[in-house]
Amino acid sequence: MNLQFLADGLLIGAMVGLGAIGVTLTYSILGFANFVHGEFIAWGAYACLVIAGGIGLGVGMDIAPVGPFSIGWAVLIAGIIAMAFTGCLALALDWLLFSRLRKHGNAIVLVMASFGASMALRALLEFLFSSEPAYFSHELQIAVPIGFGIRVTPDQMLMLALTLVLVVGMHLLITRTTIGRSMRAVSENPSLAAVAGIDVAGVIRKTWLIGGALACASGIVAGITVQIRPYMGFDLLLPMFAAAILGGIGSVPGAVIGGLIVGLAESMAVQFVGAEYRAAIAFLLLIAVLLVRPAGLFGKREA
Amino acid sequence: MIEIIAYLSFFLTTALSYALICLGLNLQWGQTGLFNVGVAGFVAIGAYISAMLTTPAGAHWGGYGLPIFVGWIGAMIGSGIAAAVIGAITLRLRADYLAITTFGIAIVIQLFALNAQSVTGGPFGIAFIPRPFNSLAENPLGFNLANLGLVAAVTLVTFLALERLVRSPWGRVLRAIREDETAARAIGKNANRFRLQAFVLGSAVMGLAGAVQGHFIGFIAPENYLSAITFQTWAMLIIGGSGNNKGAVLGAVLVWALWSASGAMMTTIFPPEAQARAAALQIVAIGVIMAAILLLRPRGIFGEPVTVSRHLEDNG
Repeated sequence: MNLQFLADGLLIGAMVGLGAIGVTLTYSILGFANFVHGEFIAWGAYACLVIAGGIGLGVGMDIAPVGPFSIGWAVLIAGIIAMAFTGCLALALDWLLFSRLRKHGNAIVLVMASFGASMALRALLEFLFSSEPAYFSHELQIAVPIGFGIRVTPDQMLMLALTLVLVVGMHLLITRTTIGRSMRAVSENPSLAAVAGIDVAGVIRKTWLIGGALACASGIVAGITVQIRPYMGFDLLLPMFAAAILGGIGSVPGAVIGGLIVGLAESMAVQFVGAEYRAAIAFLLLIAVLLVRPAGLFGKREA
Repeated sequence: MIEIIAYLSFFLTTALSYALICLGLNLQWGQTGLFNVGVAGFVAIGAYISAMLTTPAGAHWGGYGLPIFVGWIGAMIGSGIAAAVIGAITLRLRADYLAITTFGIAIVIQLFALNAQSVTGGPFGIAFIPRPFNSLAENPLGFNLANLGLVAAVTLVTFLALERLVRSPWGRVLRAIREDETAARAIGKNANRFRLQAFVLGSAVMGLAGAVQGHFIGFIAPENYLSAITFQTWAMLIIGGSGNNKGAVLGAVLVWALWSASGAMMTTIFPPEAQARAAALQIVAIGVIMAAILLLRPRGIFGEPVTVSRHLEDNG
């Protein structure tokens, strides 16, 4: 068996995992399955593309790719700005829509609103950028063999390293800092957290910022290693939900490991059933988890 | 004049087929509080099963040439079974797991319709689906009016049956579970079983709607069953007023009218090469309207009637 699927699976798993962190955080802290999360991925990727283009125009020359990679420093800077932008987009949407609906208390109405908003945001991207795919760079990348018959491009290695840094950083943030502790407290019990003096509204804002920024990172990874399309986030939505539930709602490491499992499972299965059924793999995994262990690998059992 | 009536009846037939989907969704969401994001999938199952049962043999499964009526029944059974499987797995879990799994099943069904060419006809879909009153096809007015009559009759029967159900003890249990599951269980109602029944029945109505649409157009293809149709149905129900069957029908006609009118407007405003992109604006508009209704008038146009029991109405 060709082991190439391991590299492909890890890369897809990284995209799914980065997105699933935001899904699992909004789910556990705000209490609803957020369908807009896929749109944060696509909006983040397009924002990075537009900003990188703007930087290129600003300095008035083509920015040469750095080292063996297909992208230059402009994309890196644009990526950081785009992450901030996507975080703010998430905040704005919360202020405009979700915070008002939260007052009425019914979580499922939030899911519905997020579903409507995701359709609208995706359609807006389609209108602005058309459904033609876009690319950060048209540089050719040569895949380098790294042993065991596996080949990866320098871009893919860079993206995997970047994901690793973000995931470790997130894990430290959640487990070692005051912000992380207050986030965990709010997800356990918002009223009790508020009584204990935690600024619940502030925690919610930080959750949106972090979730949006990580979704943007996931979009940039997908944009650099595959392509940018309005539907890129929609296509990642089902794998992200599967990863978040597989890992256990509320668990950041769970979301990442869930993402890797989904990515590897997809890449492995594609060898047997054909790439057109890729999306069905995530669904089957999801159903299997719900049947066998609905609380997920690292989740707490519900009372 | 005759063209206008022919067009109007064509429009109304399509709108009423959406109203049927909407009635199914109202049973699930409006009465029982089940959030189904896979409407497109259940409609697709109905359309494909009915097409397979009734078409002459072709490049897809089935092709038994059975009467249209048999196709309709098959559509309801097929969508109902799919809903029973999904429901049995997810209805016992957290409420939004149903949203996620129905979202997933709709994607998988669409994938299957698109790629399993020997079963579903693949991207080419299924053509030559028998149309009711095909003998009248020479005369567009008569054909459209006859079909309108048929679809209106189906919608009316479904509407009356659902109204009857909503007012029955069974309907009261559904609303009791939606409002306070613990209380409903305390008086001995098996919440999961009632939810599953409502989910299966609602999905069966969606399957019927898919079949009705398929036979009216005479052709189905995978791209008819993307998440846009789910989204439209939700917008129809929310704008019309969830929990109210009249609202479901009226919302469907209203949103479909807005959709058709804005579509016609787009074709005149935008040049042909920009029309695919402009069509995206329609979705944006519907999404914004839906969000606005959720925020400003969550009851929709009609809203849910406060009392539905005729016994209470007599006294009140």
